[in-house]
Amino acid sequence: MELPIYMDNHATTQLDARVFEAMKPYFLEVYGNAASRNHSFGWEAEEGVEKARKQIADLIGATAKEIIFTSGATESNNLALKGVAEMYSERGNHIITQVIEHKAVLDTCKRLEKSGVRVTYLPVRQDGLIDLDQLRDAITDKTILISIMYANNEIGVVQPIQEIAKIAKEKGVLFHSDAVQAIGKVPVNVGQDGLDIMSLTAHKLYGPKGVGALYVRRRNPRVQITAQMDGGGHERGMRSGTLNVPGIVGLGAACEFARKEMPEESRRLSFLRDKLKDKLLNNLDEVYINGSMEHRLPHNLNISFAYVEGESLLMGINDIAVSSGSACTSATLEPSYVLKALGAGDDLAHSSIRFGLGRFNTEEQVDYVANKVIDVVQKLRELSPLYEMAKEGVDLSKVSWTAH
Amino acid sequence: MAYSDKVLDHYNHPRNVGSLDKSSPNVGTGMVGAPECGDVMKLQVKVNPDTGVIEDAKFKTFGCGSAIASSSLATEWLKGKTVDQALEIKNTDIVNELSLPPVKIHCSVLAEDAIKAAIGDYKRKQPAPEREAFSVS
Ligand SMILES: Cc1ncc(COP(=O)(O)O)c(C=O)c1O
Repeated sequence: MELPIYMDNHATTQLDARVFEAMKPYFLEVYGNAASRNHSFGWEAEEGVEKARKQIADLIGATAKEIIFTSGATESNNLALKGVAEMYSERGNHIITQVIEHKAVLDTCKRLEKSGVRVTYLPVRQDGLIDLDQLRDAITDKTILISIMYANNEIGVVQPIQEIAKIAKEKGVLFHSDAVQAIGKVPVNVGQDGLDIMSLTAHKLYGPKGVGALYVRRRNPRVQITAQMDGGGHERGMRSGTLNVPGIVGLGAACEFARKEMPEESRRLSFLRDKLKDKLLNNLDEVYINGSMEHRLPHNLNISFAYVEGESLLMGINDIAVSSGSACTSATLEPSYVLKALGAGDDLAHSSIRFGLGRFNTEEQVDYVANKVIDVVQKLRELSPLYEMAKEGVDLSKVSWTAH
Repeated sequence: MAYSDKVLDHYNHPRNVGSLDKSSPNVGTGMVGAPECGDVMKLQVKVNPDTGVIEDAKFKTFGCGSAIASSSLATEWLKGKTVDQALEIKNTDIVNELSLPPVKIHCSVLAEDAIKAAIGDYKRKQPAPEREAFSVS
């Protein structure tokens, strides 16, 4: 078995070699501008783009015309929120989102607040799900948009999308979802799910980085979005800029593989994830799963190993690529805001590890990872004063610590 | 983040891990940090009451690799020093020895605090030195 092992598939995924093959000709041979209308170079590029549009639409139950290409989900989220806020500013100025969104949504909301938009950040329960009654109560006659992610990138928790959509529809509010982590992992269907706008990105589903899409509903209702970049008026005027043809072809191919292989792949990943979880739970005490196990992506496991600090654990398993919610591993030196929002306490956030399984992980790798983690956690607990105190029966929450 | 070889060495082979009897009058215990901040260090010294020399030092640390290395190094340095020499160990000495990057300086500060806390605890346990009685006239 080769080391290191990549198990951080919520951060990004390895490009699938088949996707790369599909992209290749669009770098060297079909290099035309998809907007060139008067020669074959342009037509062929456009053909590649339109095929991809259809492949994406087929995966999510949309029509090709409802797909707007972007540079990734950060842009898609920005375009969705800012574009709706601007387009519907006369109808209202209130957006509802939740505290565990990706920064691409949260920071976009922060900026919108500076220009007079009011934003409600719904809390989540301890299982990571929003409370639908709170959502209902938050809606006012000024509310124009609800933006709730399909599945969270840290804890993999899947929100009650269809129920949210029902509430949005009842109240005549648009519903946007950042579905980056869910697409290709669980069935996402904009029709059945009742989504009006949805963000996705290629690099989380074995496609290339730097390309994504925004689904924008065209019927019932016809959603309009104000462009946030001025230029040549590409993508039905919603997103100017010469299209990244090879990237778009890669996104399309990735979606087609996902559509065909998802049922089998998700079953396999959920088997591997459960094996990893069971091994860890059976061999270590005081291990806590962050977020609902029931409403969860098949390939996600986010676990806190009490009394062990996350970065020191990562250091001990340095031939395995995973991430931690520990402050020491973040640029801001703050523990994960997602885990903090679950209310479990900062200490468990510091002790958390996120495993993100993917298409190229094997059962052998999972066994190796489980054994290694168990080993290192045990070693670090021997070193942990907190573990020692807990074993002596000290209630750590009653100790007066010297916070620094 | 890349770790220095010395941090890795202490992480992989921590020195003097363990606990001393904290109720012993010759043992000073320092516990600093907080779980919600992501690091807690427990550092203990055992002092020869006659000579004032630290005969043994132990630590346990919850924290990142640099925190573990800082406290492990501190126990190495403490052994053989007198109580007063121990108080001269500065966090910057630890930073230099382990080549800690700026974001990890707080780990060395915590280790210095742990040393001070352990020595302070030891001193508190010692019978107050008899003072010469004097009176203001
Ligand atoms: C939930 C979520 N939204 C948005 C993004 C941003 O996507 P991109 O990297 O394509 O900008 C990510 C990935 O980092 C994500 O996990």
